[in-house]
Amino acid sequence: MNAAALQLYCIVAFLALAALSVAAAFRPRASAGLYIANAVVAATAFAFSFAALFKGGDPALVHLPIGIPWLGAHFRIDALSSFFLSVINFGAATASLFAVGYGRREPEPSRILPFYPAFLAGMNLVLIADDAFTFLVSWEFMSLTSFALVIAHHHERENRRAAFVYLTMACFGTLSLLFVFGLLAGADGGYVFNDIRSRDLGAGLGGAVMLLALLGAGSKAGLAPVHVWLPLAHPAAPSHVSALMSGVMTKVAVYAFIRIAFDLVGISDWSIAAPVMLIGGATAVLGILHALMERDIKRLLAYSTIENIGVIFAMLGFAMAFQANGMAVQAALAFVAALFHVANHSIFKGLLFFGAGSMLNATGVRDIEQMGGLIHRMRKLAPLFLVGCVAISALPPLNGFASEWLAFQAVLQSPDLPQLGLKILSPMVGALLALAAALAAACFVRLYGVAFLGRPRSDHAIEAHDPDGWSLGVIGLMAALCVIFGIVPGIVLDALAPVATLMLGTPLAVQSGNDWLSVIPVNATQSSYNPLLLFFFIALSSFLAASVSRLTASHDYRRSPAWACGFEPAGAQTQYSGASFSQPIRNTLGRIAFRAAETVDMPPPGDQQPARFTLRLRDLVWDAIYGRIASVINAISDKLNALQFLTIRRYLSLVFATLVLMLLGLAAWS
Amino acid sequence: MVLAERFLFQGFQMLLVLALAPLLTGIVRKLKARLTRRRGASIFQPYRDLFRLMRKEAVIADNASWIFRSAPYLIFAATWVAAALTPTFRTGLMFSWSADLIVIVALLGSARFFLALAGMDVGTAFGGIGSSREMMIAAFAEPAMLLAVFTVALVAGSTELSNVAAFMRSDAVGLRVSLALAMFALIMVAIAENARIPVDNPATHLELTMVHEAMVLEYSGRHLAMIEFASFLKLLLYVSLIGAVFVPWGLAEDGAGAMRNALGVLLYLGKLIAAACLLALFETATAKMRVFRVPDYLGAALMLGFLGALLLFAGGRF
Repeated sequence: MNAAALQLYCIVAFLALAALSVAAAFRPRASAGLYIANAVVAATAFAFSFAALFKGGDPALVHLPIGIPWLGAHFRIDALSSFFLSVINFGAATASLFAVGYGRREPEPSRILPFYPAFLAGMNLVLIADDAFTFLVSWEFMSLTSFALVIAHHHERENRRAAFVYLTMACFGTLSLLFVFGLLAGADGGYVFNDIRSRDLGAGLGGAVMLLALLGAGSKAGLAPVHVWLPLAHPAAPSHVSALMSGVMTKVAVYAFIRIAFDLVGISDWSIAAPVMLIGGATAVLGILHALMERDIKRLLAYSTIENIGVIFAMLGFAMAFQANGMAVQAALAFVAALFHVANHSIFKGLLFFGAGSMLNATGVRDIEQMGGLIHRMRKLAPLFLVGCVAISALPPLNGFASEWLAFQAVLQSPDLPQLGLKILSPMVGALLALAAALAAACFVRLYGVAFLGRPRSDHAIEAHDPDGWSLGVIGLMAALCVIFGIVPGIVLDALAPVATLMLGTPLAVQSGNDWLSVIPVNATQSSYNPLLLFFFIALSSFLAASVSRLTASHDYRRSPAWACGFEPAGAQTQYSGASFSQPIRNTLGRIAFRAAETVDMPPPGDQQPARFTLRLRDLVWDAIYGRIASVINAISDKLNALQFLTIRRYLSLVFATLVLMLLGLAAWS
Repeated sequence: MVLAERFLFQGFQMLLVLALAPLLTGIVRKLKARLTRRRGASIFQPYRDLFRLMRKEAVIADNASWIFRSAPYLIFAATWVAAALTPTFRTGLMFSWSADLIVIVALLGSARFFLALAGMDVGTAFGGIGSSREMMIAAFAEPAMLLAVFTVALVAGSTELSNVAAFMRSDAVGLRVSLALAMFALIMVAIAENARIPVDNPATHLELTMVHEAMVLEYSGRHLAMIEFASFLKLLLYVSLIGAVFVPWGLAEDGAGAMRNALGVLLYLGKLIAAACLLALFETATAKMRVFRVPDYLGAALMLGFLGALLLFAGGRF
């Protein structure tokens, strides 16, 4: 049986689970069983797609006679789909396992359980769709099921708003993709991807398609300025769904962009690469700056997803620039860096969201300013969460740095580009990526420092305890993967070779044959990186340092109250808070990005009133685009409101006038 | 045989940086004292400080976690590895290919990450203030440094420090505007990263102006020794880095004879002393700036780095 058929069986299994959940969700204790079943199906799907990625060979095709009569539904699995299928089903399996423990605390499981497998099925369907109709239907199915999960906890007003914004933006994204496929299929309607591939679009139309695809896929992925729904919607869902939406669903959007840009249209023009690079870099910085200002842990993680998506798109932009100029090796480097980051981000973002879910369960709050000192109470979670923080901050020797390093190597290849515009843009995007990486480190020091370190900042944090074994096991597995991918990135890069070959024609040089498992992207004199040795060196030298100090130094140690320059440590409120931690960056970069304004209202001496500090941050993207659009729509609907109160006579004449106008239009057309 | 020799040199360099790092700081302190007409402690005082700290008992705050106790070793290890992989007296060390310039920058980033976490662990206001400011400085310094690295890497056609140093010593370099800009950017970053005047004052004990000192305020005994040692190593690393890239003369090549290597070590010592003099002079002559002017200062470094990179990306010949 071919790979596409196997994948379809898994999707049918997901849908069957969804139906079963409708019946079973009302029974108490059904949730654990259902989540285990989801995990089993997802793991099977992962195994199939992973095997397909390794086996390689020709794409597997399936044609089913459902959907539009003359078209049917086409499914296909090639290296690109199987890579993304692996990422997505791995994320789905881990999220389901996490939910086995986490889902027990769900107050209304029947609002989550049926939609959860349907959402997984939707994502899988998008990845194997092989005609425009199936693709769009699957895409919309994925959007709607995730919308249902976002609005699951609809009692909170905030969540209702999040779901509304999400639905609006999802419609907008699908609309853009609808135009994309309309343009791609042309007048004679060749909706099957193979027909689209064989069409020659020409530069102008190709550019338009690319821009629309960037808009459509970008709105699902979270590219600025169409990212606004993401930090609202991702946190609104339960944590295992947040992990899926952030770590995995955004990757489906990345897939859609790669499929359209690299496969269906093909890269021939460099000019489209420039906006992709620039938007990617700008999104990365904007996303992480937002994350730095955020105190809601899940929203912080959602903003950090925006940053990572920015990095991925910037790399795809570089790949497009190189490919358009026939620099295949460099294009493969940038492309593989993007894909590697896709895999890495899905791992550490899953880890962090699971951790956030456990913290939310343990403390009952999402506000990091009310946590603090969790390292003493969530003893097992603390080191695992730290691994995630180090990995996402792009620090060696973990996996986030490995992909970031490849990205910088790709940037360093860009002086060979012939176009002056791209040459000037490249170091700029490189600087933006470096800035984003440095800010990410600050952001996650802040997150970990405020939530886990210090003293408990509220009574909620004092009660905290470690999560259940399922959750810890899954989080531990992902932490282990962060380390493994970090210290032997060569094996992952080699696994990506078929994808690069399929999309660009050239893979990255084979890494597994290198001495000491080094990574050598282009050639050894140019650059090489050996995280395995580095890991070994750091371990060895910290061991040496520790043993020297054990052998020679004094062993005495004494616990005492904190020194703090002799000040008596006052209440926990005197600790540095998250808001104060980000203040230096808020006062510098925040002034530009958010028009951050602080006012201190100090009463005159002798006055009994308290001093007040107010901080105003503006979301400029929201104000400039969405606020305006919303106010225009409101104004128009106010005007049109009068139409609601007409007499029947007037309504009839309106209908008549419309009919006449349309007939006239039709007559003029033909 | 060649392999054994390379291993030997790698081991020697690891010990050499350990041995020389406190000396460099000692010389800077002594010179600064002389320049302000004080006698100053002996240049070997940092060694004595380290030994004394090692012998003292460590006082640990009640609330400190395992991060507080393990961070000093990790910080020390990451800095030591970075310093040992930067060419000091010869190129072509055994493992120099395992980490290029970008990795060395990032290794220091890892060390800083843990230092900042350690600062927040006890839960005092001072630790937090230090961590927060350190990360702000890093947020500006790291991109500036990477842009300088880009410039250097593009000129040399490699991010590998050994290859960069070998290229910089050849005649192919010539005088380049971009390299000069990168050098200024790198020096400015080095000053900020090592917590020197005008960004931070290594000798300050005024709480509100501290950055580095505020983070390590709670440390004592052997833990403080590790952190102090790491900061000595970091200063040495930056001096070797700038030396290897911009003043590479005297570096022994791979496979050079014993005399040549000995000369390399001597010249390296000379470079350290010269750098110490310049640093002491500069620190004595400038005043510390307010914390919120640091972004301007580092922004200038960033712009210099960017300009250098841009010249290369766009023009290629500068």
